[in-house]
Amino acid sequence: MAFENLTEKFQRIFKKLTGQGTLSERNMQEMLDEIKVALLEADVNYKVVKDFLNDVKQKAIGQEVLTKVNPSQMITKIVYDEIVELLGSNKTEINYNKNKPTIIMLVGLQGSGKTTTAAKLAYLMKNKLNKKVMFAACDIYRPAAVEQLKVLAKQINVPVIHEEGLSAVDIAKKAKEVVYNEHYDVLIIDTAGRLQIDEALMNELNQIKKEVNPDETLLLVDAMAGQNASEVASTFNEKVALTGVIMSKLDGDTKGGAALSVAKLTGLYIKFVGTGEKISDLDIFYPDRMASRILGMGDVVSFVEKVKDTIDEREAKKQAMRALKGQFTLDDMLKQLKQIQKLGSLGGVLSMLPGMPKINDEQKQRVENEMKNFEIIMDSMTLEERAYPEILKNSRKVRIAKGCGKTAADINRMLKYYDQAKMMMKQFKNKGGFGGFGGFGGKFPPNFGGR
Amino acid sequence: MGLIKFLKEKFSKKKEEKELTKQENNISEVNEQNDSKLEENNNIKKEEDLNKLNDNKNSDFDLKKYDKGLEKSRKSFADKLKSLSKKYKKVNQEYFDNLEEVLIEADVGVKLTLDVIQELLEKSKKEKLEDPEEINELLIDILFLKYVKENEDKNLELKFGSKNPTICLIVGVNGVGKTTSIAKLAYRYIKQNKKVLIVAADTFRAAAVDQLEIWAKRINCDIVTGLNNQDPASVLYKGLEKAKNENYDLVIIDTAGRLQNKVNLMNELSKMSKVINKLSPDSIKETLLIIDATTGQNGVLQAKSFYEATGLTGIIITKMDGTSKGGIILSIRDELGIPVRFIGLGEKIDDLELFDLEKYLYSLCINKD
Repeated sequence: MAFENLTEKFQRIFKKLTGQGTLSERNMQEMLDEIKVALLEADVNYKVVKDFLNDVKQKAIGQEVLTKVNPSQMITKIVYDEIVELLGSNKTEINYNKNKPTIIMLVGLQGSGKTTTAAKLAYLMKNKLNKKVMFAACDIYRPAAVEQLKVLAKQINVPVIHEEGLSAVDIAKKAKEVVYNEHYDVLIIDTAGRLQIDEALMNELNQIKKEVNPDETLLLVDAMAGQNASEVASTFNEKVALTGVIMSKLDGDTKGGAALSVAKLTGLYIKFVGTGEKISDLDIFYPDRMASRILGMGDVVSFVEKVKDTIDEREAKKQAMRALKGQFTLDDMLKQLKQIQKLGSLGGVLSMLPGMPKINDEQKQRVENEMKNFEIIMDSMTLEERAYPEILKNSRKVRIAKGCGKTAADINRMLKYYDQAKMMMKQFKNKGGFGGFGGFGGKFPPNFGGR
Repeated sequence: MGLIKFLKEKFSKKKEEKELTKQENNISEVNEQNDSKLEENNNIKKEEDLNKLNDNKNSDFDLKKYDKGLEKSRKSFADKLKSLSKKYKKVNQEYFDNLEEVLIEADVGVKLTLDVIQELLEKSKKEKLEDPEEINELLIDILFLKYVKENEDKNLELKFGSKNPTICLIVGVNGVGKTTSIAKLAYRYIKQNKKVLIVAADTFRAAAVDQLEIWAKRINCDIVTGLNNQDPASVLYKGLEKAKNENYDLVIIDTAGRLQNKVNLMNELSKMSKVINKLSPDSIKETLLIIDATTGQNGVLQAKSFYEATGLTGIIITKMDGTSKGGIILSIRDELGIPVRFIGLGEKIDDLELFDLEKYLYSLCINKD
């Protein structure tokens, strides 16, 4: 969608607000309106947005704007913190019983990912926590649902309890007996998808609950779910008393605002998120990352953390100083490239950066290739050339091209990028920016990686 | 079809109303007594329109099933509108704010909602409407006119050529109901005496083929399957060959669910689409995207990406028997112009209907009891 992201919008609004020292109702309103739209576009429920922004407003009014930030950054931080708090802590893993099996029941709408998630959970518990796991296949309605669980179970070598002709309740009961008798650690009950308003099927869930008394009843929420997710979660919670939520399909490009609606309305925490189609693609939930994602501001926090771990601070400082003085050489650029490569796949880093939401996988791949090219080219340059790229004339370019097996056009493209990165450095110097990160912290030069 | 008729009536009704209001002004200047007569005329006109509308509904197809399926989604939406119009004797800004909320909560999306509300504001001012009921009517009108395109084929059934089988590729993200919709679609055309072949090209998801095989058996439909993790294009190839050799009328192809930002998987889909074009160049090709009614704003991105990968000739909106309103289809239509062809209204095999916009909007917005 051709929506501006929140960061861009804020930059626009911010221009009007420069120099205002305190947050007031008036100067906040436009930003709050933008945040409202951003949250709605992220599928956070309308009522939740309304309540939520009211809370934020109450908290923000009268706060002094810290000297180093602008009002929009201030508001963003307040909103962000508030979302993180609502989404809860990330220490929400499952509590395992010590002397008896832990029973987990998965519930949700049709197609929300119960069966796949059951397999992922089992894999995680079995392989990472060394638990002895068993499935109960209680979806007796959808054609081949049991078969689906059986196929997945076989891949990870987990037994399945199911018997043709038995009711879902009886299957669960039987499974409970088996896990108790055979000393399993965990029983995962896969149930049929159902509408929250289907009385008969909701009763079935309660029956199962009564018979097997699960330690956890987890609701699957599709990350792509819209406004109605809040009602679904509330009703499920009312009728079967949930203990937590798993959000599936978060590897898509949806913002996942449903997470916020569900958290606000049910007070339940998200325990896991599904992040891919492989059986190992189940991750614990990070409220801070989710908050940035919902706000559409890139995964700033994770990025900063990752950067901190990887980069030698002193080196970064040295570079920052040089950059601030305007001495940004090809060498500096190469160092930056290498540091960024150390962060792992550039694609991953890029997707975490604010201001880069529209890059797709293909483009990411292209940028990554481009970076590799630069490095190869620079390896064929003399130290002098790297320090003073201005001296690169045609004859030198031909030599370098021969040396690295690239064309002169490749070299020119790199130099063009260097010029742009240098320009950005200067801009950062003037505005004060992303510390040692200069060229890569904020944005890539506009045509970087493009053709 | 009913839609064209309805549209024409809508337009003509508008014109008449405009003329009437003009007349009204003139008359009131001259003689106040005539007003009551005019009102009477107006009422008669409206009643006629309503009757025509009902005729359309009854003649086209089974409204009851539609109503029943949509009951839950309709209820909350319509209740909201109703309680709104009860609360307000005259509309004010707050009323419009509330309408905005109703639309957004139906997943219509911020942009389209704001557009629609803006238009509603302007039109109601122009026509001096203050009665909430009338405003609600106008809202439906606007939504309707925004959706309808003049030069579009109003027949939503799958198209059939005289010689070659129609090839229908079914695509969508994970868990939206592709497999079930395929069974329903196959059943629909078997009932219309077509020779239907299902191709189970979802070789990725565990037991997807089994699921489809069970359905095929239940509805007595032929099916071509492949092995697990086999290249789906090769299953497709097998299916298309069979369809050609054995004179099928319709081939419905199941594909694995995929999130639209997975480049490789989308490329795989493009490849399948190319295989179809190459093997059956003279066939009519339908590519239907399945959208789950619970989908939020991501639905537009879904439609866009799948459109780019395979082209789309329509949408099937599924799970409309729940409490979700599926408003995202209006956004998709608004932004990409892709029409909804079918609507899934329940778990039974015959719970698939042609999409009827007027019924969709009316059963969402007007509560009959």
